[in-house]
Amino acid sequence: MKTRKKRLVEIYVWELPVRFFHWLNALCILILCITGFIIADPPAIMTETEANFSYWFGIIRFIHFVAAFIFFFNFIFRLYWGFAGNRYARWNNFVPLKKAQWKEIWEVIKVDVLMIKNKPVDSIGHNALACIIYLGVFCAFLLQSITGFGLYAKMSESIFPKLFAWTIPLMGGGLVAREIHHSLMWFFILFALIHVYLVFYHDYIEQRGEASSIIGGWKFIEEEIAEREEVEEKAEIITQAARKDE
Amino acid sequence: MKNKRLTIYEECQQKGISRREFLKICTTVAALIGVESSGIAQVVNALETKPRLPIIWLHLQECTCCSESFIRAYHPTVGNLLFDSISLDYTDTLMAASGEQAEACKEDTMQKYWGEYLLLIEGSIPTKDEAYCCIAGQSAKQIVEKCAAGAKAIIAWGNCASAGCVQAANPNPTGAKPAHKLIQGKPLINVQGCPPIADVMIGVIVYILTYDRIPQLDALGRPKMFYNRRVHDTCYRRANFDAGLFVESFDDENAKRGYCLYKVGCKGPSTYNSCGIIRWNESTSYPIQSGHPCLGCSEEGFWDKGPFYKRLPDIHGFGIEATADQIGLAVGTATIGGIAIHAVATNVRKKKLIENNEEEGDIL
Repeated sequence: MKTRKKRLVEIYVWELPVRFFHWLNALCILILCITGFIIADPPAIMTETEANFSYWFGIIRFIHFVAAFIFFFNFIFRLYWGFAGNRYARWNNFVPLKKAQWKEIWEVIKVDVLMIKNKPVDSIGHNALACIIYLGVFCAFLLQSITGFGLYAKMSESIFPKLFAWTIPLMGGGLVAREIHHSLMWFFILFALIHVYLVFYHDYIEQRGEASSIIGGWKFIEEEIAEREEVEEKAEIITQAARKDE
Repeated sequence: MKNKRLTIYEECQQKGISRREFLKICTTVAALIGVESSGIAQVVNALETKPRLPIIWLHLQECTCCSESFIRAYHPTVGNLLFDSISLDYTDTLMAASGEQAEACKEDTMQKYWGEYLLLIEGSIPTKDEAYCCIAGQSAKQIVEKCAAGAKAIIAWGNCASAGCVQAANPNPTGAKPAHKLIQGKPLINVQGCPPIADVMIGVIVYILTYDRIPQLDALGRPKMFYNRRVHDTCYRRANFDAGLFVESFDDENAKRGYCLYKVGCKGPSTYNSCGIIRWNESTSYPIQSGHPCLGCSEEGFWDKGPFYKRLPDIHGFGIEATADQIGLAVGTATIGGIAIHAVATNVRKKKLIENNEEEGDIL
């Protein structure tokens, strides 16, 4: 029988709101991609009929628009959680302002991408490379929302999509916006491919329960790393408190 | 004593147009620019009190399709009225005078009505080498700058003057630029289309004549009253779009049934124009009604966003022309290949690490 000799502790990394965002977001993107493909190139499933007997393309578009609204507000909620959430969900993870973050990015490239180094990177939440890529993904979310709602504005009476309408002429018209919107969809598809693979990869070589952590929220972390993290967290709390006292 | 200029109504009287006829004309005009019945009085008042509007119409780098469209305004009374109520003092293609006489006409109008005349520009302006377009020894740029200085307002006819049209399409050999990029500090209206609809052209002029101000414009400088709605939303084939009934190719059964032209490249969903409402040639038809997809001719740079018969534009600069889907598929395949290689490499390079984690041991 095989057993592990490592001493691990469990750390609650992904809080419920983060997990909720993740899965709702995944579902929305899946629906948006499928309906998006159909809208871009509708299949010829109907012929020899009058238009007044069906509305299937209208329904596909309706699903796309509803999913888009859920996607957008879910995204806004995640931005909020970047300020309210725990240290693994905090906004400053995603913005590489510190030198240590850039150092870790390079470290991750060496260990996981180029595989010229073997010692795993000790990050508990996202590693720094993942974070900077998520920053790009968030920008893509924003751009996708702007182009999408901008194009949608003319079909709508409500105020919200109209807030985005002004961006379309800036891009050079609806055709360009449509092209950006369509190309970004491919970015999401490519991202999803690599994202899922990397989850499997980390789970396989690090055995910290990476894949299941986004369901339950807990990760298995080596005792020493967890202790170091605890000390860091306490130090942060103390310095924050000290700053408040001043 | 200063020569008193006759008002439009007075000129109508001289031509033997009755009061009843005149009011009919006013009502038509009001309907054209989209005011409700309470606004007719304003139109009547304007035409009763205002003299004819002096107009200089410049022809630069263009094909004259805007002029061709303009002279086909479908309501003859309105057409007549306009030729009587505006004073088309200078337009090289239509005027009787030629050569020095024609140029003298322009100079004369500019001097006499400095700050009052309307400048209509048809065509784009070359900037790479101004010699590409010269009239009477002056370059297009010089002429535009000179005429614009004394104009009350400027109307840029068609896609050439509004966005550069085909001359400005890649690689733009003459460096063609639309009017709004060269003229600053003057009210300028982009009457888009290639060509614009005749009745839209007339509607804009009548609006200026009636209200003495330019109409409300959208973000691209087009009058909102004519360019506020998408061709797609005013299309009589829209029901087919919502029902998912599409023409697959131009010679199929679906084309004969008049299904939606979305899949053969119709740019209606991103084009703002009145084609679906006002239509062309006495409201007879418009491209989509004739079974041809909208090319999006009232949008900036529509030549470069082709091909016309495909829904998504080609992306240039990839050696071969490709659509986003082809590129996406290629990059996706490469990604999956990369993942496979990485997965194999992981098992080779990280073998020890994985084995270290799985040390043999006893457990009860």
